[in-house]
Amino acid sequence: MTPKFEYAPAPESRSVVDIASSYGLFIGGEFVDPADGKSFKTVNPATEEKLSDVSEASAADVDKAVRAARRAYDRTWSRMSGAERGKYLYRIARLLQERAREFAVLETLDNGKPIKESRDVDVPTAAAHFFYHAGWADKLEYAGLGPAPKSLGVVGQVIPWNFPLLMLAWKIAPALATGNTVVLKPAETTPLTALLFAEVCRQADLPPGVVNIVTGAGPTGQAIVEHPGVDKIAFTGSTDVGKAIARAVAGTRKRVTLELGGKAANIVFDDAAIDQAVEGIVNGIFFNQGHVCCAGSRLLVQESVADDVVHRLQRRLRTLRVGDPMDKNTDVGAINSAAQLARITELTEAGVAEGAQRWSPDVELPKRGYWFAPTVFTGVSQAHRIAREEIFGPVLSVLTFRTPDEAVAKANNTPYGLSAGIWSEKGSRVLAIADKLRAGVVWANTFNRFDPTSPFGGYKESGYGREGGRQGLAAYLDTEGTH
Amino acid sequence: MSPSTATSQARELLGVASLTNKALRTWLYGLPGVDQVGLEGRAAALATRSIKTDSKAWAIDTAISMIDLTTLEGADTPGKVRSLCAKAQLPDPSDLSTPQVAAVCVYNDLVGVAKDALQGSDINVAAVATAFPSGRASMPVKLADTRDAVEAGADEVDMVIDRGAFLAGDYRLVFDQIAAIKEACARPGDTPDAHLKVILETGELATYDNVRRASWLAMLAGADFIKTSTGKIQPAATMPVTLLMLEAVRDWRELTGEMVGVKPAGGIRTSKDALRYLVMVSEIAGDDWLTPQWFRFGASSLLTDLLLQRQKLRTGAYSGADYVTID
Repeated sequence: MTPKFEYAPAPESRSVVDIASSYGLFIGGEFVDPADGKSFKTVNPATEEKLSDVSEASAADVDKAVRAARRAYDRTWSRMSGAERGKYLYRIARLLQERAREFAVLETLDNGKPIKESRDVDVPTAAAHFFYHAGWADKLEYAGLGPAPKSLGVVGQVIPWNFPLLMLAWKIAPALATGNTVVLKPAETTPLTALLFAEVCRQADLPPGVVNIVTGAGPTGQAIVEHPGVDKIAFTGSTDVGKAIARAVAGTRKRVTLELGGKAANIVFDDAAIDQAVEGIVNGIFFNQGHVCCAGSRLLVQESVADDVVHRLQRRLRTLRVGDPMDKNTDVGAINSAAQLARITELTEAGVAEGAQRWSPDVELPKRGYWFAPTVFTGVSQAHRIAREEIFGPVLSVLTFRTPDEAVAKANNTPYGLSAGIWSEKGSRVLAIADKLRAGVVWANTFNRFDPTSPFGGYKESGYGREGGRQGLAAYLDTEGTH
Repeated sequence: MSPSTATSQARELLGVASLTNKALRTWLYGLPGVDQVGLEGRAAALATRSIKTDSKAWAIDTAISMIDLTTLEGADTPGKVRSLCAKAQLPDPSDLSTPQVAAVCVYNDLVGVAKDALQGSDINVAAVATAFPSGRASMPVKLADTRDAVEAGADEVDMVIDRGAFLAGDYRLVFDQIAAIKEACARPGDTPDAHLKVILETGELATYDNVRRASWLAMLAGADFIKTSTGKIQPAATMPVTLLMLEAVRDWRELTGEMVGVKPAGGIRTSKDALRYLVMVSEIAGDDWLTPQWFRFGASSLLTDLLLQRQKLRTGAYSGADYVTID
């Protein structure tokens, strides 16, 4: 008997979810057809199979959604007590838990992420956001944001494709808890869980118009951003789009929070718990195929342990299982779209051209679908594009440093500042370095941990405003009492 | 290997002229630390691997073949040991394709009985020696205990380390004792030496850093196997501790080219648990360790559940405890 442990395929059943052949827009508590009848398809990135046709909202549809949100705001939601609002949020949270498997399967089909991540991270954390914000709904006066914080009104929200349901929860839960109504646009490649969430809103008897979901691509998002009836824009996505939004709303009364790109430094000191640091590096960049704005895409490792860390990392990557996202044993799933795959491919080719050494474990990628093998670049310098530009894929750049000051200088030498990681057994060093890093979140001896109580957001080109925690509430409230 | 050989090898690895306690301490404290949260998180993540159908059948048979079927009670009798040996050879009388276990593990004085009962089979006899389970006896007593087992024909000796000395920082003493017991496992001429399994009793070592250091110290002193527990102390084998020990043998092979076995013992009762351990062996140390030569389960009740699961896979239905022999 040759010892070789192969796991037999363990696919999650997709029978738990019904995908309609087409979807309308969710406006005023009803699914309605778009004004001009346009639609686009959404595909399973792991197989390229079409999942459904989704409506493309025009400016007229967005206007309708904003009006519905305004009506709901004026007539019911803003008049309701916090405790009442909290009840709805709790109900939504519980429904998300009850229907967790359905959401997880749908998310994996539409996004390409491994079922174990949608099942163990995305859906439970989304529910946690609703639970957490439900608790705040009747305690806003005690949040330390002034004696009588007031809601803003109608919030336009545009979210990305990397964590479709989780980003929806990050946006909708605090908005509703603070008394606002929303018009949300999911990303064009991953609209399905948002549409299932619309069903949950109905199941929870949420008053019509409090949550409106309009599907579409860039122009739909632009219509939301430019709509005069919107009081606040909350956007998560690329820095380029974020800049365009900032320009569009400049000079208007609209408030904006932007959560944009990142190029996080994951700093490993020579006294770190190396085996656990390797796990953190893997989780930092290969979690969700690297489709994470706060991914630890720049590994800064102290020169004295660099060879050992890279050796252990490569050995570890040989055990990563890449393939069918619906298989419960899959660690790395599909790239979300052909366009994203092309972008990753282009940047990695630039890495090779600029002289970095490229390495990938020997994995067999499926024939159909969008796939990219986990990739590590060594010999990377600060001047390389792969060390500067956000790749948003399973690509790690390894740089080295010799002293703590050099680590800080290199970590901060980026236009971004969303997150960072520090690996050291020395607590005093962790605290000292964390103080000097210009990043919104700094993880110590861990990476990619998310909790609704912990504010998240960036420095510099990673955006402004915070989501989660008390700071996240402030972004949805008028705390001056001037409204 | 004589103590002097172990010592000289250790001196060479450490790069020191004399193997002092300070040299050992410096070397052991030079190992990377262990982050508790990260280690436990990794173990928990490995426990979510889904093992189905063919892989499950293979894993159950592999787990059975890795069992050290154990009875370590004060009330053990020759009759009980003979029963256990019969079960070791024929774990499931209703299915003769069931693999045999790796070894039968008994107290020292019952080695002869087990040896006799297992005559003609490939199953090893393992003896717990060195004042098991506490290890609190003088070195001459521990050596005599070991020689007794070896002379009675034990193929494997499971020794306990002096946890008191380890916790006091007396690494040289622990090293010397392991090396001396290793020497006592030798047999003259062509007769193979008894394999030495070194029990760290991780539940008493308190920290993961200590478990890592004790693992390396045992390997440095010549352990053929490192084993978590006596089964008499709680917590006994846990997934994080075993994971740590698997990392240690993996790294030891990279350093020296030698393979050392790992044996979690105590508290592993279900097939599900056993399969999780095999996943860990595969993903942490590597598939080379997935044989009874390099990985064992120290367990008594685990076999029963593995046999029930095996019957379930064969027949499609759960039978029940009465369809598996009790010993």
